[in-house]
Amino acid sequence: MGINLDRIGGVYLLPVILALIAFVFIGQFSSWATLTVAGLSMGMMIFLMASGLSLIFGLMDVLNFGHSAFVSFGAFIAATVLAALGAWLAADSALLNMAALFAAIGAATAFGAVAGWAFERVIVKPVYKDHLRQILITMGALIVAEQLILAIWGGVPIQVQRPAILTGSIILGDVSIEIYRVFAFLLGLAVYAALYLVLNRTRLGLLIRAGVENREMVEALGFRIDRLFVGVFMAGSALAAMGGSMWAGYQGLITPAIGGELMILVFIVVIIGGLGSIQGSLLGAILVGLMANYVAFLAPKLSLASNMLLMMAILLWRPWGLKPAVKG
Amino acid sequence: MTAVVSSSPATPRRVPAGRLAVYGVVLAIGLALAFAPFLFPDVRAQEVAARICIFIVLVASYDLLIGYTGIVSFAHTMFFGLGAYGTAIALKALGPSFTAIAVGGGAGLIATLVLALLIGLLSLRVKAIFFAMVTLAAASVMLVLASQLSDYTGGEDGITYQIPRAFAPAFKLFEDADGKVVRLFGVPLNGRIAAYYFVFLTSLALFLFMLRVVASPLGSVLKAIRENEMRAEAIGYKVVAYRTAVFCLAALIAALAGILRAVWLKYAGPDVVLSFHIMIDILLMVVIGGMGTMVGAVIGVVVMTLAQFYLKDLMQIGADATAGVPIVHQLLEPDRWLLWLGVIFILLVYFFPAGIAGTLMNKEWRR
Repeated sequence: MGINLDRIGGVYLLPVILALIAFVFIGQFSSWATLTVAGLSMGMMIFLMASGLSLIFGLMDVLNFGHSAFVSFGAFIAATVLAALGAWLAADSALLNMAALFAAIGAATAFGAVAGWAFERVIVKPVYKDHLRQILITMGALIVAEQLILAIWGGVPIQVQRPAILTGSIILGDVSIEIYRVFAFLLGLAVYAALYLVLNRTRLGLLIRAGVENREMVEALGFRIDRLFVGVFMAGSALAAMGGSMWAGYQGLITPAIGGELMILVFIVVIIGGLGSIQGSLLGAILVGLMANYVAFLAPKLSLASNMLLMMAILLWRPWGLKPAVKG
Repeated sequence: MTAVVSSSPATPRRVPAGRLAVYGVVLAIGLALAFAPFLFPDVRAQEVAARICIFIVLVASYDLLIGYTGIVSFAHTMFFGLGAYGTAIALKALGPSFTAIAVGGGAGLIATLVLALLIGLLSLRVKAIFFAMVTLAAASVMLVLASQLSDYTGGEDGITYQIPRAFAPAFKLFEDADGKVVRLFGVPLNGRIAAYYFVFLTSLALFLFMLRVVASPLGSVLKAIRENEMRAEAIGYKVVAYRTAVFCLAALIAALAGILRAVWLKYAGPDVVLSFHIMIDILLMVVIGGMGTMVGAVIGVVVMTLAQFYLKDLMQIGADATAGVPIVHQLLEPDRWLLWLGVIFILLVYFFPAGIAGTLMNKEWRR
């Protein structure tokens, strides 16, 4: 039984099984399809945020509790850029629309990369290999970052404009699909593909994977893994900021609490998926996204608790997560 | 874990001056708290004193985890909240009586024990960092549940309720011949005094109990686990069992502190017993005071509580002085006090990982 399951996909079947179970409960194809698309796109956005965290941990044994600060900053920077380019967004031309959107996402991502570099050098570097102080210091950094957001943007919720071309929905039969969700899904998929190719097809990726597997050995072979790590940290932070900017457009209204709210989901994803692997993060993110949407439809009050229960169940079954790249 | 300085002094016969100073300060704080209603008769100071008592228990119990055993949990406010909400809901439903406190508090304690056992057995087997994430997720789910199950918890608004008459300001503890309340040093001996001493004495008992725990053989095992988990396991101590036990113990003490808070405040809501800000406060207090020293909890709580009042005043002055400068002015806004506390926190973790108490206590034999 176990062997057969592995041959047809193993743990990757879980989202499919979840979707099928949800279909039985929902019973109506159109709402099920809408929810599935929503879940997949939400999963992809969370994947953006989670993959960086997971890789950073896998490579350097550093868990950044301040990761969500990049998500919040990404969201707010994207909102500011979009507001500044309001004329382009409302314009009839698809080109200008997309230019504004990519400017916003690009600004957020660039900020994530630069801030990630500074964060790594100033905050994380002095406390390598000391988990207790890592947790404390990144937590302190999170407090400071949240307060900075409050100081810069104020405590009031900010309206985020969406480009005209991505508003509205496509109607297929009696299934309506929001265009923005499709876009979010495709962007997430593209990032996953890029990450996958870099990690599996390039020399850099080989080094990163080797570093996740056994850092000392790679260092012994003469590679400067700490430099590599700064790069991974920057990339992870940039991805988090990108996820935050996408999320800002998805939600339409953002508050300074956005990072904190998402961090819980991101943590659940990383725990479910197993630390250090992007496949695990993708799997976990999609499970969490689907679960959140199905349960929000079936029993709204249980939405967040359901993901907690999912995490508990998976931890009972596999204490290291579904697809861990590092153990111990 | 180099973060926490341990090991006995190199010259055991001489008591280091720093250590004496720390104990002196803690004793002074203890005496001030013991006579707080008479030393600081105004209502606000009493609120602060009661808050300090309760937080000393809460922070010391957290120190059992983070300082003595090396477990990082973010679920401590969850247990604090369970105790407080249990008491609050029972007092609301059953009316103001000591039975209600016992029933509600008992229910809160049982819920705490079950949850702590579940989380502990499920995830204490794995790395510290994994555990921190699991507890963080659990705590936020509890926070969401508390605000969503508004039929029971009052949602964001929380619950207000009556406490037993013996603790109300109108209650006369001692009456003189005219039926008026007896005054001692000009302070009326009313129910509020009774409530304060209920809080103070329970806190004191819990704190002394924790001091006893860390001085017991159990305390030594916990420190052994913190210093070297593998070696502790190899000597024959079941690390998972000890960790789970101390996690449950700390959780139960936190829940008891929650009961005290609920009884004292006559109110339970997410902001005062469950929110993430309280967790951050606890973390700051433990680190500022000094991890792995019970007395550090006392110092940390007092310093933080006073800082919360005076840092704001200081920042108001700064904000007024820089009213014209755009960004600096916003950064010095009194509402941003947490920003500066966060910066101080980071610097402390870098340069004084042993905290105030730990640094002072090691002062003499370091040189």
